[in-house]
Amino acid sequence: MNLQLDEHGRLRHFLSTEGLPRELLTQILDTAESFSGVIGKSVKKVPLLRGRTVMNLFFEASTRTRTTFELAAKRLSADVINMDISTSSAVKGESLLDTLRNLEAMQCDMFVVRHGDSGAAHFIARHALPGVSVINAGDGRHAHPTQAMLDMFTIRRHKGEFEPLRIAIVGDILHSRVARSQIHALNGLGAGEVRVIAPRTLLPRQVEDLGVHVYYDIDQGLRDVDVIIMLRLQKERMAGALLPSESEYFRRYGLSAERVALAKPDAIVMHPGPTNRGVEIEAGVADGPQSVILEQVTNGIAVRMAVMSLAMGATGERA
Amino acid sequence: MNGIVISGGRVIDPAHGLDRETDLFIVDGRVAALDQAPAGFAASVEIDAREKWVCPGLIDLATQPREPGQTQKASISSEAKAAAAGGITSFCCQPNTDPVVDLPTVVELLRRRSEEATAARLLPLGALTQNLSGEKLSAMAALRDAGCVAMSDGGRPVVNSQVLRRALEYADTFEITVILTPRDPWLSEGGLAHEGAVSTRLGLIGIPEAAETAALARDLALVEQTGTRTHFGRLSTARSVELIAQALDAGLPVSADVAAHQLFLTELDLWDFNHDAYVQPPLRTVTDREALRRGVASGAIGVICSDHQPHDPDAKSGPLAAIEPGISGLDSLLALVLRLVDEGLLKLPQALATVTCNPARVLGIDRGHLAPGAQADICVIDPHAVWRLEGANIRSRGRNTPFRGWEFTGRATHTLVDGRLVFSLDHAG
Repeated sequence: MNLQLDEHGRLRHFLSTEGLPRELLTQILDTAESFSGVIGKSVKKVPLLRGRTVMNLFFEASTRTRTTFELAAKRLSADVINMDISTSSAVKGESLLDTLRNLEAMQCDMFVVRHGDSGAAHFIARHALPGVSVINAGDGRHAHPTQAMLDMFTIRRHKGEFEPLRIAIVGDILHSRVARSQIHALNGLGAGEVRVIAPRTLLPRQVEDLGVHVYYDIDQGLRDVDVIIMLRLQKERMAGALLPSESEYFRRYGLSAERVALAKPDAIVMHPGPTNRGVEIEAGVADGPQSVILEQVTNGIAVRMAVMSLAMGATGERA
Repeated sequence: MNGIVISGGRVIDPAHGLDRETDLFIVDGRVAALDQAPAGFAASVEIDAREKWVCPGLIDLATQPREPGQTQKASISSEAKAAAAGGITSFCCQPNTDPVVDLPTVVELLRRRSEEATAARLLPLGALTQNLSGEKLSAMAALRDAGCVAMSDGGRPVVNSQVLRRALEYADTFEITVILTPRDPWLSEGGLAHEGAVSTRLGLIGIPEAAETAALARDLALVEQTGTRTHFGRLSTARSVELIAQALDAGLPVSADVAAHQLFLTELDLWDFNHDAYVQPPLRTVTDREALRRGVASGAIGVICSDHQPHDPDAKSGPLAAIEPGISGLDSLLALVLRLVDEGLLKLPQALATVTCNPARVLGIDRGHLAPGAQADICVIDPHAVWRLEGANIRSRGRNTPFRGWEFTGRATHTLVDGRLVFSLDHAG
């Protein structure tokens, strides 16, 4: 039984891209496509979630993700409440379940959850009242499914079909919830080949079981790929004896213009942001013609609108 | 001479290779005779054991009854009663209570609570180092004199190899058994799951096998150096079984146990963040589970324990990183051991040995057997009883078990401690 789906196979919670049927992943992308038209208009709102309340529950700080969720909810005409839990009750010793029960008592319809612990969104979904949807906005190292779907949306817009594509994900796979969700989404959508490129210290054990080919050498790994996805390298990785230094990392795994040239000529360069220029990506590449990094941010709104409306069962009214 | 007779049962005493249908007579808390009543015997109590097995009461080497310090989870009284209902007559209490069992006064408290419970007997383990901090030696001779059956730092590793060496030497001076659970603190730091396919998918910090085997290899080197009798508790990897088998072949004075859940579950049971399967050391791969089973069958791992860790619901509520590890295992220990017989891994006497005479031998106590003169710690088992682990069948205060809903065949119907009937299924609610 998949916690994410209701008895009719429709989206109830969105916790992970793993194990979702291809039709559902495609439905999210198609729905997002229809919303991206709305965003371009001068009146940017649709009334799908009018009267519904969405609570942004952020146990971990985030500007970009929270803002796009908030915008997405508002464009669906929902009421939005932002709860920055990292500075409130959780630190006073209130349990996650207590926090949840108290917030549920305020009658909201959806929780958008970001939490530093893997499995937090699953936990909340398992304990949420019937009729309340949970959207995972990032849990520990586990999943960040809306980020992955906006990446899929961006890839599809540029490349069309997934089957012929070769995609390389470069960098800190070990700590990355984004990479895990991207890998499951790409495989779920039938991508031709997913590669991960990193030193062994930044690869989780048995990563190939996720359905990827492993490359330690970036110059080999980037050869003939259609999509390059760079991951952010957190500065604290040096302290954990995972890497010798930032400069060494950039030399071995940083994305330079020369390395971009190893990929297909029309390859796109992606990054979930925020970028560490000069650490994992050269400034010229991040701002270069093949970069779609800012588009990813824009697409985040339509994709989150799609996920929210689908999880609330509100798509039927859209026509 | 009044006494108890357990009549007509299949008496199985693995320590003495005894296995036949007969009567067992108890007088003054001890086994008085088999087959024939002793002269002048009059039965004040008769337990009809026809169609049942009569065997030594179980001895559980690893439990945490949570008292003193965490009585919101469980108490010695509640867990001693749960143990008795599970056929367990003696259970070792880990020293990681609050306060830690590193002073004779704490041992005295445990003893008194155990007596008040009038159920299974608590066998205290003393701290190997003061406050379990791995720095200074505990007063282990005094702890032994106060009633501790062995010394251990529970799940805490003694990081400093010199301190561990000294602790082993000091323990050996007084012929004290040491129980170690090998774990490298750095390789296991922050770990929530076996490092492998499942931890990678769930995004959980992994614990590699080497977290156990590197520490075990060091500990074995120190056992070889010091010659101290050492028991390795709660092993979890295939490679550990090999290391123990090699050490036994080399004649080292070692023994080992495995938690019952490690013989039935794997990392896959943690799937989708199942908090009931979150344990330390973690559930590992199918390969590890099979190797542990073979280790039990070959005798390299002589003991099966419950690693009983009862929790209150709050301690298991939240993402794995925020909750406490451990399974409430007293209620399922006997059932899981009997299941190994049903599955053909072990013969019945061998299976019973892993929870009776073998743990008694580890602790060097004269229990776990049924020879005339032995303390009458006895478990009567109905081998045909079919039951399900749920509701009132979970007698521990801790309801945190991944075996909830499992159907088992065989359960304790009577438990006697020192010849006193402390549990009878007929009279239990």
